[in-house]
Amino acid sequence: MPPERAACDGYNFAYLDEETKRMVRRALLKAVAIPGHQIPFSSREMPLPYGWGTGGIQVTASIIGSTDTLKVIDQGADDTTNAVSIRQFFTRTTGVATTERTSAATIIQTRHRIPETPLQAGQIIVYQVPLPEPLRMLEARELETRKMHAFQEYGLMFVRLYEDVVRYRRIATSYNYPVEVNGHYLMSPSPIPKFDNPKMHRSPALHLFGAGREMRVYAVPPFTSVVSLDFEDHPFEVQRWEQACALCHSRDSFLDEIVTDDRGGRLFVCSDTDYCSQRREGGVGS
Amino acid sequence: MYVAVKGGEEAIRRAHALLARERRGDPGVPELTVQQIEEQLTLAVDRVMTEGSLYDRELSALAIKQARGDLIEAIFLLRAYRTTLPRLAVSLPIDTARMVLQRRISSTFKDLPGGQILGPTFDYTHRLLDFSLAAGSTETAGGADSAPPGSDASQEACRVIDLLNIEGLIEPSDQDRDGDEVPDLTRQPLEFPASPGFRRQNLARGDEGFLLALAYSTQRGYGNTHAFAGEIRVGEVSVEILPAELGFPVDIGDIAITECQMISQFQGSSTQPPQFTRGYGLTFGYCERKAMAMAIVDRALRSRELGEEAEAPAQDEEFVLSHSDNVQATGFVEHLKLPHYVDFQAELESVRRMRGKAQAPGVTPTRPQHAEERD
Repeated sequence: MPPERAACDGYNFAYLDEETKRMVRRALLKAVAIPGHQIPFSSREMPLPYGWGTGGIQVTASIIGSTDTLKVIDQGADDTTNAVSIRQFFTRTTGVATTERTSAATIIQTRHRIPETPLQAGQIIVYQVPLPEPLRMLEARELETRKMHAFQEYGLMFVRLYEDVVRYRRIATSYNYPVEVNGHYLMSPSPIPKFDNPKMHRSPALHLFGAGREMRVYAVPPFTSVVSLDFEDHPFEVQRWEQACALCHSRDSFLDEIVTDDRGGRLFVCSDTDYCSQRREGGVGS
Repeated sequence: MYVAVKGGEEAIRRAHALLARERRGDPGVPELTVQQIEEQLTLAVDRVMTEGSLYDRELSALAIKQARGDLIEAIFLLRAYRTTLPRLAVSLPIDTARMVLQRRISSTFKDLPGGQILGPTFDYTHRLLDFSLAAGSTETAGGADSAPPGSDASQEACRVIDLLNIEGLIEPSDQDRDGDEVPDLTRQPLEFPASPGFRRQNLARGDEGFLLALAYSTQRGYGNTHAFAGEIRVGEVSVEILPAELGFPVDIGDIAITECQMISQFQGSSTQPPQFTRGYGLTFGYCERKAMAMAIVDRALRSRELGEEAEAPAQDEEFVLSHSDNVQATGFVEHLKLPHYVDFQAELESVRRMRGKAQAPGVTPTRPQHAEERD
């Protein structure tokens, strides 16, 4: 990608200098070549705090070009404060077009959700990842977890899931649910609800994951198998609601619960704001 | 009918305006100048430069002003600025034996060449609030009659460590052993086991409070290094670069630094006679507490290398180096205030279902034994 004109005085296009972008892209290429494998990269200190999406921002900054159209979501919504802030950052430093429409975006940066509208070939979704290591809460040491991945030694994770089954008669993990990528690496899908896990399986889009503070990137290339761990007698299942979305009446989307009063009043609405408004505009809703 | 909450953009704009107003405080009180901070809050400026990894007093003072005195926020501002700067050259190793000393003390020798120089220390002050400062009378005792800085303290003095080195009582430095290949922690990911260069860069950037607590823990029995403060020196040292096209070093300016060399005993092994070992601390400006804590932790982290038992937190390289950075730490702790309602919704659904099942016979409701990995 040739250097592009900076939209923000004093800073390069998309904030990072071209050498840094090239370094991140090299790491991403390696990540794409080894699906689900965590690749160290020399994460830069960004003008946004760690934990706010510095990994995703660096990945997006490294791949974005002037003809791209960017969508940024947090909790599935385009209008949450951090999504607004990150979108403003890229508007300011690149001047690229932004959109709220999932289907109109070439790059979607996300925190905690995969859009309900199926992703298409040619689209890239960039995840903000807090802890890239799916085994970290079972084994704190990087030296150990690296070996466990190399030997595909994932028994600990299965034991953890099995302990849930013994205690609760079901697997209790509801988000950041571990997946096996391309038949080898155990991977954290980032803290998306397990509801979204099946959307990764053989997705035609490119999925890139950036963890800034932990200095790792990883990837799921298009049409790669992504399988959520489970047991034959306790197959993987996703969340379901008795209610439909109060706004668009969808029964297929992930719902947010809104507290409407202090007497137990609740309202359920789509977490994906674009999906919800598309449905309402399409005359499906009220 | 419920209407989805909109207006994140407007809320952010207004929050920024409020922040600017709070920073300024009462407009009837004169505004702080960056120069005042640079001159009168020097220790804050020094800490921000050290943990921000950028030697620039003026920018450090500006960051402190902008951050309303929150030093970690100021460090963050300085780091975010630093990350965009080009790397023009790599300096030669600074020679601290040739420092112009403002303060130099050794707790291992009563007197030594160059002498003990107290310099501007809080050490022997009585911590009584000085109400004359509140009254605005700044020209108090000591202001006029003290010696001008540098008059009795400008001589060079050899380092205590070098005195021990003559007898071979202390181990050679890493640099003597490994040459001077210096990695750059801000340009390469930290991987374990970390080289001495990575370890010390990490500690130099590390949070003062975190290192202080770790150093303290070693003194209370969690991985004791039996450290002596061999030497603490504060002063100015020149920085030189070696341009390839010139072939000789060029002095590009002086920086103020604090250096601490801790000396610990080493029992020796089958191949090595007993000797003293080093722990090294270095900071920009005058950050003595940080330099001392760093030196103790630096030594504690060498336990495994020296064949000592390494069970305490301060001796655990992955634990210490992964958690020392306050900009990383504050980001990750504080990000919990970002929305998490999707994950929380997933948990609500899960807990409600488990509570439903718990009424079924044969299932004892228990609390989850493991913490969920969260963003």
